[in-house]
Amino acid sequence: MNLNTLWAYANPKKFIQATDRVLPVISILAVLSLVVGLVWGFFFTPEDYRQGSTVKIIYLHVPSALMAINAWLMMLVTSLVWIVRRHHVSALAARAAAPVGAVMTLIALATGAIWGQPMWGTWWAWDPRLTSFLILFLFYLGYIALWEAIEDDDTAADLTSILCLVGSVFALLSRYAVNFWNQGLHQGASLSLDKEENVADVFYYPLLVCIAGFVLLFIALVFLRTQTEIRARRMRALLARERMG
Amino acid sequence: MMPDLGKYAEAVLSSYAVSIVLLVVLVWASLHRARRVRKQLEDVETKVKRDG
Repeated sequence: MNLNTLWAYANPKKFIQATDRVLPVISILAVLSLVVGLVWGFFFTPEDYRQGSTVKIIYLHVPSALMAINAWLMMLVTSLVWIVRRHHVSALAARAAAPVGAVMTLIALATGAIWGQPMWGTWWAWDPRLTSFLILFLFYLGYIALWEAIEDDDTAADLTSILCLVGSVFALLSRYAVNFWNQGLHQGASLSLDKEENVADVFYYPLLVCIAGFVLLFIALVFLRTQTEIRARRMRALLARERMG
Repeated sequence: MMPDLGKYAEAVLSSYAVSIVLLVVLVWASLHRARRVRKQLEDVETKVKRDG
């Protein structure tokens, strides 16, 4: 697929037609992956020799944390597309992704706190990674509130895009905070692209299935919610036109 | 069938409960709004066509 083919999906009608075709398949795959991954992880993996049964929280905590950061990075890309090319669908896709990212961040924070209590002896610590995640969550809330607060869609898209650029610093900090500051309670990355083995195979494979499930769920929800935003925008335009004349 | 979670049962089960509830609410809210907006748009389009 070349870039010109990709830009064709900036047409709202074409975007809805294309996503309508793939949405059922992605949704089914998302549910299947989540059910298989979580059942496998919860029922059929052993306890960790240090963390006991709390290791089962990894199947929710790591995929949700991964998606919390990547959702913001997706919003960054679509916001940049809006700023540069003024495609409405890309601004609406960023708007659609924000609540999904916020929920992923909330799951990561909640499961992290629940996991931290028995392992670290505290629900919360002002550790670099935890703090940057909390700030990322606040950025999500601010981003959603800004969209709701501004009536004109284009102005809202402009201002939220700027907010998204600023928030990207914290999205990246959330990912690399442990490496930057090498202090705090949180361990390093559970997954990495290098050859280093951070998680034993018995936990790693169900974790990969759960990550696939979270990624597919995110894509399905963003497609569905972007369609909704496109329709809501068209409705506002029709109502405004009717009021004018 | 239920694995023995030992002394961490509360932590593990509450993590799963909180996450599943949040995901279900997110999916339900997305589907509900999608249906509502689609219906509202159809109504507005019908009205606009009727009024010329």
